[in-house]
Amino acid sequence: MKIGVVINEGPYTHQASDSAYQFTKAALAKGHEITRVFFYHDGVNNGTRLTVPPQDDRNIQKNWTALQKEHGLDLVLCIAAAQRRGILDASEAKRQGKDADNVAEGFRISGLGQLIEAGIQSDRLVTFGD
Amino acid sequence: MSDESIKKFLYMNRKAPYGTIYALEALEVVLIGAAFDQDVSLAFVDDGVFQLTEGQNTDGIGVKNFSPAFRALGDYDVNKLYVEKESLEARGLAESDLMELVWEDEDEDWAEKPSIKIVSRDELKVLMGDQDVIMSF
Repeated sequence: MKIGVVINEGPYTHQASDSAYQFTKAALAKGHEITRVFFYHDGVNNGTRLTVPPQDDRNIQKNWTALQKEHGLDLVLCIAAAQRRGILDASEAKRQGKDADNVAEGFRISGLGQLIEAGIQSDRLVTFGD
Repeated sequence: MSDESIKKFLYMNRKAPYGTIYALEALEVVLIGAAFDQDVSLAFVDDGVFQLTEGQNTDGIGVKNFSPAFRALGDYDVNKLYVEKESLEARGLAESDLMELVWEDEDEDWAEKPSIKIVSRDELKVLMGDQDVIMSF
C-alpha cells in the first residue's frame, strides 16, 4: 500500500514525531511504500540540525535522517510553516538575507502542494498530531 | 486531469480560530489545495465552528484577523462548508451567528448560493465515510 505520513507537532514536546517514526519504520518493514513524510505546523521543527538532546535520550532528527538514508524517504518541511518558525535551508537563508541555515541532512523544504499531492498519490494519508 | 485522479478531500476544522495556529494554517492548505482541482469539502466541528463566526475582532490580542479569507473560498470553487449542528448548539451559537459565505454558480447564470450547510453529527459521519482523504486540523 502507498502511505503518506503527515506530522503536525514538534519533537520532544509531543509524541507525534516519535509515533510517526515508529509507524513509518514498521510500514516499511511490512513492505509498504511511504510516498512522502510531510512536516507541517510545529512539525517543521523536527527538521532542524541544531537540536542537542541529552545523550541518553533518542535523537529524533537523527532517527529521521538515518531512516531517510536507508530507504530514500522524501522528508518534506512545509516552507510557509518553516519560515514562520526559523527553519531555513541554505538557498532560502540567502534569499531572506539570514546569516545561517539549519535544515538537517535528508530533509528538504517545499510547498504545501506536496501535502495535497501526497493525498492524491497515496492510498492512505496518516496524520500524527493533536 | 482525468476523473480517476480526482479525490474527495475533507478538511476537518476542529479548533478555535485564535489561541493556536491550526485554523490559519489549515486555511492555507485549503487555498493551496484549491489549485489541484480536487473535490473539496470543509467541516467545522467542536471549537472549529468559531472560525466562521461573524464580526471577529482581534485588535485586543495583536493577532491578524484572517476570517475575511473565508469569503474568498467561493472564488476558488471551495463551496461545501459543513458546520456541525451539535457543536454550534453546545456553544450557544446558531447559523445566524456565522458569516454569510456564498459562491456563484456558473451553471445558473452566476446565481449566488450559500456555501455553508448546517449538518447533524450523523450526517457528518456519513460525509466523512464518503471521503478519500481527510486532513484534520
